[in-house]
Amino acid sequence: MLSIKNLEVEVAGSRILKGLNFEVKPGEVHAIMGPNGGGKSTLASVLAGREEYEVLAGSVEYNGKDLLEMAPEERARAGVFLAFQYPVEIPGVSMSNFMKTALNDAREARGEAALDAMEFFALIREKLKIVNMNEKFLSRSINQGFSGGEKKRNEVFQMAVLQPQLAILDETDSGLDIDALRIVSTGVNTLRSKDNAFVLITHYQRLLNYIVPDFVHVLVDGKIVKSGDKSLALKLEDQGYDWLTDELDAPVTI
Amino acid sequence: MKKVKINREEQIKWYLSDFARFAERLNGGSQSTLHGTRKQAIKQFSKLGFPTTRDEDWKYTSVDSLLAERFNLSTAASNVSDSFIKPLMFEKSAENTLVFINGHYSEALSNLQLNIPGLVVSSLAAAAEKHSELVSRYLGRYADCEAQAFVALNTGFVLDGLFIYVPDNISVEQSVHVIHLADPDAGPFISHPRSLVVIGKNSELKLTESYHSKGDGSYFNNAVSEFVVDENARLDHVKIQEESEAAFHVSYTQFQQERHSVISTVNVDLGGSLVRNNLHVLLNDENCETHLMGYYMGRGRQLIDNHTFVDHAMPNCFSNELYKGILDDKAQGVFNGRILVRQDAQKTNALQSNKSLLLTDDAVVNAKPQLEIFADDVKCTHGATIGQLDEEALFYLRARGISEEMAGAMLRHAFVADVLQSVKDEDVRERLDAKIIERFTLAKKTNTNCE
Repeated sequence: MLSIKNLEVEVAGSRILKGLNFEVKPGEVHAIMGPNGGGKSTLASVLAGREEYEVLAGSVEYNGKDLLEMAPEERARAGVFLAFQYPVEIPGVSMSNFMKTALNDAREARGEAALDAMEFFALIREKLKIVNMNEKFLSRSINQGFSGGEKKRNEVFQMAVLQPQLAILDETDSGLDIDALRIVSTGVNTLRSKDNAFVLITHYQRLLNYIVPDFVHVLVDGKIVKSGDKSLALKLEDQGYDWLTDELDAPVTI
Repeated sequence: MKKVKINREEQIKWYLSDFARFAERLNGGSQSTLHGTRKQAIKQFSKLGFPTTRDEDWKYTSVDSLLAERFNLSTAASNVSDSFIKPLMFEKSAENTLVFINGHYSEALSNLQLNIPGLVVSSLAAAAEKHSELVSRYLGRYADCEAQAFVALNTGFVLDGLFIYVPDNISVEQSVHVIHLADPDAGPFISHPRSLVVIGKNSELKLTESYHSKGDGSYFNNAVSEFVVDENARLDHVKIQEESEAAFHVSYTQFQQERHSVISTVNVDLGGSLVRNNLHVLLNDENCETHLMGYYMGRGRQLIDNHTFVDHAMPNCFSNELYKGILDDKAQGVFNGRILVRQDAQKTNALQSNKSLLLTDDAVVNAKPQLEIFADDVKCTHGATIGQLDEEALFYLRARGISEEMAGAMLRHAFVADVLQSVKDEDVRERLDAKIIERFTLAKKTNTNCE
């Protein structure tokens, strides 16, 4: 589904990703961990299509297409979803108008008919249940005055509505209390299927108790330096990242 | 833009000769008291002349482009088909709609089903005959003919327009809609629409005025409106100007408020080549409440100028003003918000805010709050901000699959959302909502709104 080869990315003059390789297949859940500044959020931003990130080398293929050539909205319509680390507040745009426009634009792009008001609200109601939010939420402006937890639940709600094939969650667990974390995780688990895939970017092993990954990767200094199964996350939680960086710095012996 | 040598003297002469021809056509009408008012006004106009950018009030708005053209006085409503007017109507007010073509009332296109004893909703020309006492009691008593050249010019040619008289203790449930359509097919014309609206004690009126064009020929609308809102009366007013981008639109609106009265006015400008709105409110007695809202959207080389003046003459009044502008291409916006708190007007609470969104480096806005406070126990606040579209918000919407164009339109709509919220009539608000999205998604395909 997603194939990243030797990706090098620069932002504001400094190279953040330095030859990253990463593969995702349908049905998989990947966790990407690593110290601050390693390039985790940069990876998420590049995949979503932020313009200020310059790709110097490498390729990103998504379902056989060159993802880097696509505009952010084209990526979203093709099924790529980024749950933002810091969702922006947009006063004056209601959640219902936002979701209706997004949903119907995507349907139009796929050659499907737009949902009418009845169908739309039926769908929305069902999805609100997943994140345990009530209908009042729909008349509010996007993220305006939302608590940290509500913003993250809103990201998961949007994901539930848009049903992406590839969802990248950028530190969706950061700053969440245990109840919110549980709601967010349940939301993600509800959406898991053999056809879609998740990439969870996180600092904390805690999230992985709720969403069990198939693979755990460690991103340090612009590269994935270690991959493993969920036990790797436990080891990182226990020992930190130092043992990994030491391993890297150690002289190479032949 | 072509440079034309403007001869102001010649222009004034042209308007004076226009007046002579106009007076001839009036026949018997030229003997009335109203004609006396006209003659005086035109004399005042010739004394005042057109404003120049040396006048503080016209510093950012040159009328040279207006004076470069020679307009003929419109003499009658042209033939416009019903099918053209229908889409301009609102469903709920369709039975209370007055239609004016080039400033002249069209009975055939209008639909007036309101039937409340004592209530008069009609053309000003008809009212001047049928209700001459009422008309002469109020007409011309409020708009400033002495200092404002365009008011003097309008008054000189006063003939037709809107007349509404709501007697005391009447709440008019249905909204009234006034459509002003300009059809410059027969060449550039000038019209001087005049509105007079009187709302009696404890009465209530909801009024929407909309200005439209047919085609994209040039013309000049020089409108003057007088609103008298008596004790404990309420007015909900919306004015939508969506004329062609070749149109000149100058308007003077004077609101006179009496004790415990409440007015809400929302002023929307989407069209026009040169637009100048002067909106004056006189809070003439205690405990008045005024909500003055507006938004304007300019593109190309449009110039949209809003001069507002809230005159707090008496104590314990509240005024709240919010104007927002979105300027694209090389468009210019002017906002001048004058608030005068006279010595007697203790406990005044006056709020003012002006916000602009500049979409290009060439778009310009000149914003000037102008507070003059002579009372010592008052609360007055004002603020002006200028900003650009939020890139982060734009990306967020696009990341959910919304096109860049639609996302931009949604954010522009969001920028004026609080002004739109103050439009209470749902029909009107929904149309304004749709117009904004339409304007920014059918980007620049057409310059007129009525084609």
